[in-house]
Amino acid sequence: MKRTFFLIMISLMVVSFFACSENEQKKETAKNAAVDIPTITIMTHDSFSISKAVVSKFEEKLHARLVILKSGDAGEALNKAILSKNNPLADVFYGVDNTFLSRALKADMFVPYSPANLDAVDTALKLDPENRLVPVDFGDVCLNYDIKWFDAHQIPPPAMLEDLIKPLYKDLTVVENPATSSPGLAFLLATISRFGQDGYLEYWQKLKANNVLVTNGWKEAYWGKFTAASEGDRPIVVSYASSPAAEVFYAEKKPDKAPTGVVIENGSAFRQIEFAGILKGTPNLLLAQKAMDFLLSPSFQEDIPLQMFVFPSNKEAVLPKVFEKYAHITEAPALLDPQLIGTQRDAWIREWTDTLLQ
Amino acid sequence: MDRHITSVKNRRYLHPYFLAGLVPAGFFLVFYVYPLAGIFLKSFLPEGKLVLLPLDQIISSPRMMKIIWFTFWQAGISTLLTLVCAMPCAFVLSRYAFRGKRIIKTLASIPFVLPAVVVAAAFQACFGTRGFFFGVQINSPIALILLAHVFYNFSVMLRIISGFWSSLQGRIREAAMVLGASPWQVFLTITLPLLKPAIFAACSLVFIFCFSSFGIILILGGPTVSTIEAEIYRQAAHLFNLPLASFLSILQIGFTFALMWLYTSFTRRAVRFSPEGEQVNLKHPVCLWEKILIAGVVLFILLLCVVPLLALVTASLTHGGEWTVSFYTALFENTSDSIFYIPPFHAIKFSLLFAGTALLIALATGVCAALFIRFSDQKFSNRWTSLFDPIFMLPLSTSAVTLGFGIIITLDKPPLNLRTSIFLIPIAHALVGFPFVVRAILPALRSIPDHLADAASLLGASPLKIFRFIDLPLIAKSLVAGSVFAFTISLGEFGATIFTARPETPTIPVAIYRFLGQPGVMNYGQAMAISTILMIVTALSFVVIESFRIDSSEGF
Repeated sequence: MKRTFFLIMISLMVVSFFACSENEQKKETAKNAAVDIPTITIMTHDSFSISKAVVSKFEEKLHARLVILKSGDAGEALNKAILSKNNPLADVFYGVDNTFLSRALKADMFVPYSPANLDAVDTALKLDPENRLVPVDFGDVCLNYDIKWFDAHQIPPPAMLEDLIKPLYKDLTVVENPATSSPGLAFLLATISRFGQDGYLEYWQKLKANNVLVTNGWKEAYWGKFTAASEGDRPIVVSYASSPAAEVFYAEKKPDKAPTGVVIENGSAFRQIEFAGILKGTPNLLLAQKAMDFLLSPSFQEDIPLQMFVFPSNKEAVLPKVFEKYAHITEAPALLDPQLIGTQRDAWIREWTDTLLQ
Repeated sequence: MDRHITSVKNRRYLHPYFLAGLVPAGFFLVFYVYPLAGIFLKSFLPEGKLVLLPLDQIISSPRMMKIIWFTFWQAGISTLLTLVCAMPCAFVLSRYAFRGKRIIKTLASIPFVLPAVVVAAAFQACFGTRGFFFGVQINSPIALILLAHVFYNFSVMLRIISGFWSSLQGRIREAAMVLGASPWQVFLTITLPLLKPAIFAACSLVFIFCFSSFGIILILGGPTVSTIEAEIYRQAAHLFNLPLASFLSILQIGFTFALMWLYTSFTRRAVRFSPEGEQVNLKHPVCLWEKILIAGVVLFILLLCVVPLLALVTASLTHGGEWTVSFYTALFENTSDSIFYIPPFHAIKFSLLFAGTALLIALATGVCAALFIRFSDQKFSNRWTSLFDPIFMLPLSTSAVTLGFGIIITLDKPPLNLRTSIFLIPIAHALVGFPFVVRAILPALRSIPDHLADAASLLGASPLKIFRFIDLPLIAKSLVAGSVFAFTISLGEFGATIFTARPETPTIPVAIYRFLGQPGVMNYGQAMAISTILMIVTALSFVVIESFRIDSSEGF
């Protein structure tokens, strides 16, 4: 009896599963048949987000249905796009950052296009003169610190990278492994930009002597070791300059003051720029171009901050209040030539690994 | 005469049990061999030119050798530790009947479903600087990895060994006692040798699991330690060094194959006995030391498996030292109006649907595979038939990122244009779940005496009828054991390598990762809340699946 019951349960589940997906497909085909609506697919990484309202606007404006394919973290998503370049999975790829820019351009898989509103984008963000990849958003990777912890211990919070190697800041910092984490890589690049290719390893050696802790990813560092967000014992973490805004936005009761501070002066923050581009071989070139226009339009650009906690590339986009108040823009961020990053990245990561992890 | 022999031989190839082998073989070829072959070809022969095997890169690199060594070392130690923890508990569970036994068993199986990042949070809460585990602090990454592996795999070991143990005949033991053997002598010379198949089956599964451990190593181990699996991920996903990643994948598959081949050739020669029902052997504790023993084992399981889970539940219910349900109510609000917002009931629904579908696929292919393996064991004396059993275990230890890349470049044309289909999700889960089903039912199938089927067939029963009325009832209980694991694997799978995170079909693990992706107290609290929901859903699913269990043991 029990057995029959169990089998019936399972079969019901599966039938409803198939019914669900079929319904969904029917809905899709019904939609398509009714007005012959085409589909536009954006391939991106797992951190991508967009609000419902903006999706509706997008679909109305383009008369197309938007499908988003999340394909792993930033590196993984790009590699999947490269692997499938002969038979692309999507029309548009979103989320190549400046540390991967040269790998993406070398794969020769993007169609040049200058979207409307490109003029409103800060020229410092435009790194591909041919506009195969155009900047859509940016965020500054920097040190975040636990304000309460520093108040309680009566230690001044760090003001620049050099502070971290002082005895006062021993045992306080957690960073991410640049080989497995994109903020980790950005922070390594910040130190290279600050201390030069000849000096950065010496800095890291001193940091190691000061007992810096390394984790493989941002989640482990922030949720596992950072005193402001976990049971951990490290009051300094590598995160984003916009993280304090997220701390306020996602607080239980909105505080007046963010619980965390950021270190962005003296070239301590590395600017991560995210690009989007049209994938070669898309059957809907016109539509893909319209999608690119949309990505730089104010409606999408103003949606970026609270969805992904990074800054819009379009200077004319209005920032939400919580962002204006709590997220920090760096006046003079650390930058490195993407060409140089492209040729040196693997070597830097190897040297860093040899210095820190052996 | 000759013609007669040929026709008998040919008939073997048309036997339904032989034809059943086509189901797992087809499934395996299309969703495992073909994608892997594709990615290996692409790695070693890009644009038709052979890239020389990066063998020198591996042998000349002390780091790589260290990784390979560490992979074996941690898997071996983890397996041993799990065995040491599980043996006394298995003894008590298989010998005594006591209240709350079922609950204890269910609780012990929940860790299996939790994503590594959640386990890391639980351990941090238990053993971190402000940990509430009686002031015990564990900071060594290696100790944390070993502990986490024991935490995860304890139930696999416990279920397999205690199930087998409880079906051992009490008579042999009693005879030995009458003849004057001490309890130790009985254990060492009778019980242990009879338990060997179960111990080895459990150890091989746990070893392969730890051998290809990934999330635990990356998250709890930190960057100073690495395993082959974690290195494949690093090489493929971040450095995009496909030849090296593929080479390491082949290495890993090769190791697993060799190991499983040794294991299967060993178990074939194991002692066979007719199993007995559990009820016959179960004792109620009488004397004080028996009660102390049971209490000790229950306490141990509570400490090992339940305290970390409680830490998560506590984190989901407290904020700033005060009790609150605000994290749970917040699950129902879409604070940022994101299209990726996941309503909790959607996540539960899709998790259960995917797991149910994956379970059905795993059961169908697994049963066919086991029938085929037993049939070819009986009818073919060729050596090559012994290769099937280990081959079907390989998906357990195949790097998900390699397989995911393979799927992208191979399953991209009709009729197999599946790379963005939602059906790929249960299929991928079933690929990992079906070795568990095979492992679970094969020993039970092999223990069915041949003469039962012979008698039935003399009386005119068709092979299908024999399966329905003889084989199926006899393997039903093992089938349930395999189902528990196949279902749980799917329920806990984050599946980052396949395109799962489409807003239409979210699962609970995807929701957990989404919350942990951004800073903010509410995000963390909600991640803990939905993890707690995952635990509850898992426990309830176990109850449902086990209610199907008729009686007696899971004989692996």
